[in-house]
Amino acid sequence: MSLNDPTQQSRFSGTENYVATDDLKVAVNAAATLKRPLLIKGEPGTGKTVLAQEVAKAFDTDLIEWHIKSTTKAHQGLYEYDAVSRLRDSQLGDEKVKDIRNYIKRGKLWEAFTHEKTPVLLIDEIDKADIEFPNDLLLEIDRMEFHVYETGETVKAVNRPLVIITSNNEKELPDAFLRRCFFHYIKFPDEATMLDIINVHYPDIKKELAREALSIFFDVRNVPGMKKKPSTSELLDWLKLLMSEDLPMDVLKSKDPKTLIPPLHGALIKNEQDIHLFERLAFMSKRT
Amino acid sequence: MFTNFFYELKDGGVPVSINEYLMLMEALQAGCTDYEIDQFYYLARSTFVKDEKNLDKFDRVFGKVFQGIEFIGEEAVEIPEEWLRKMAELHLTQEEMDEIEALGDWDKIMETLKKRLEEQEKRHQGGNKWIGTAGRSPFGAYGYNPEGVRIGQDKGRHGKAIKVWDKREFKNLDDSVELGTRNIKVALRKIRQFAREGEATELDLDDTIRSTAHKGYLDIKMVPERHNAVKILLFFDIGGSMDPHIKLCEELFSAARSEFKHLEFFYFHNCLYEGVWKDNKRRHNDTMPTMDVLHTYPHDYKVIIVGDASMSPYEIAYPGGSVEHWNEESGETWLRRLLSVYSKTIWLNPIPEKHWEYEQSIQMIKQLMENRMFPLSISGLEDAIKELRR
Repeated sequence: MSLNDPTQQSRFSGTENYVATDDLKVAVNAAATLKRPLLIKGEPGTGKTVLAQEVAKAFDTDLIEWHIKSTTKAHQGLYEYDAVSRLRDSQLGDEKVKDIRNYIKRGKLWEAFTHEKTPVLLIDEIDKADIEFPNDLLLEIDRMEFHVYETGETVKAVNRPLVIITSNNEKELPDAFLRRCFFHYIKFPDEATMLDIINVHYPDIKKELAREALSIFFDVRNVPGMKKKPSTSELLDWLKLLMSEDLPMDVLKSKDPKTLIPPLHGALIKNEQDIHLFERLAFMSKRT
Repeated sequence: MFTNFFYELKDGGVPVSINEYLMLMEALQAGCTDYEIDQFYYLARSTFVKDEKNLDKFDRVFGKVFQGIEFIGEEAVEIPEEWLRKMAELHLTQEEMDEIEALGDWDKIMETLKKRLEEQEKRHQGGNKWIGTAGRSPFGAYGYNPEGVRIGQDKGRHGKAIKVWDKREFKNLDDSVELGTRNIKVALRKIRQFAREGEATELDLDDTIRSTAHKGYLDIKMVPERHNAVKILLFFDIGGSMDPHIKLCEELFSAARSEFKHLEFFYFHNCLYEGVWKDNKRRHNDTMPTMDVLHTYPHDYKVIIVGDASMSPYEIAYPGGSVEHWNEESGETWLRRLLSVYSKTIWLNPIPEKHWEYEQSIQMIKQLMENRMFPLSISGLEDAIKELRR
């Protein structure tokens, strides 16, 4: 499978490490075929970032990751002109200073545009950046080309990379930007999908353990008033702990109110208030 | 080809544009999907819907437009009683089932189910004027129309018993429902106005570097500190009919407090009169004349009033109408005074919008506010903020 060849019907259908639902497959394949950006949203910990890694693996190409922070500027993804080094070099009389190209630092987009294999470009957590950030990238992502003013050259993508963008919904993205993307909302996996996910990550997990742990996990998620519901990644961490501790099965199974707080809960419940909530629930069920 | 669908989406309140439509056509032409309704649904969804709050609207329109198509090539199983039972299982809890079953009365089950569904229909439709619920017409024989509620085979691995869009899994992501502190903060954040004013005390690193590199010698640039320049006055209705909404108001309050540097808040009861207070415990001895408030805070403050506006019309219109004290001037006069000072004023009402028309006092206040009354939900808050920003 490759992203390069338009005639070849490339299809993403999950990998051995990643369970993709049907709707996700359709979205990824549409974005890959039309070479349009794919915007992924969803609860934290549902595998948004991992998706890009797995897509790159499935299409057998490289992944270029661009992690966005609140201080990230759009032009940093294109290139940066390092005026300070040039000034220093000029004072030292370095020969390099004659050529401005020595001071142009390539950004992630440039890297992606000129990569020899059509890569997957991940723009992670785009909502972290300033509100104007997506707008500043509009043209570059749309046309897959930009202009370098210092040298006067135009960088154009040889092969349009597959751009995957993730967002945690902290800011709304501008309409003009959204119009150019395919969108997919990763919803929280149901129990069957979750069991698949567990099996993919821990193929030799005991069936009984997985089932019990899963039922506790969904119970925990359904407790009303939880501040931070545990997500897939927390479940996987917790299972890893459970497996390495090798607890006897009856610890999980006991429906004794005293042990209402699940064993090794630190991996599942990350919020002090939530732990208090559980303690209060345990206390109340003890009294009744 | 799917223009009808496109316009239905537009009518349904999903923000779609011609770009997306062309994109869908392109994707179909490129053979992104097999000719299968599920695949098409997924493709159309990822093309047209760009925000999870619109997923539910999309599902409803899709259900309406493509109703009936899903039966193509699928075996329609018509064993009414069998699948009505399934339906009952879906909509009634096990306890309820057992309870009714113990009575041994099938009709009873159907009656309960019918009621339950009726309730649900009503709930689903709440406030959405533009669509029936996915084209269901649920009552025929046994109060059911087998074609309206699409239940086919046993709920198998493919989840085909109910079509994906009919499951409406994204129902609670609709933004008129949920409101938490975080959500409020995000909404409030939109009225931030950043400004640099005052003494230039901060080193502008980027500009210094740029300028130094250009000139060839060290050239230091300073800028004033950047801060949120928006100023807010909050008036909270407290006590009485506001008690049920206290949690919402607390959330709004705590969110607003952490978002704005210039935030002043005051309490009032039912309607604004000559006095407001800051500490609810000492409300009778420690009031501040409203006139002083109007004089203290300049007119560039933005005013948010939070209250249910539910009271006797006398409390607004007549002097002496207040339930708590003798007011020399009517609430209306005071409200008008406030509005004349602060042009950016909005009223947030915790009561859902659909109930407003039944309450005379709400209508009166709304009129006084020149329609700038918004429900205290995320979408209401967003509209309110938009109004404040204009």
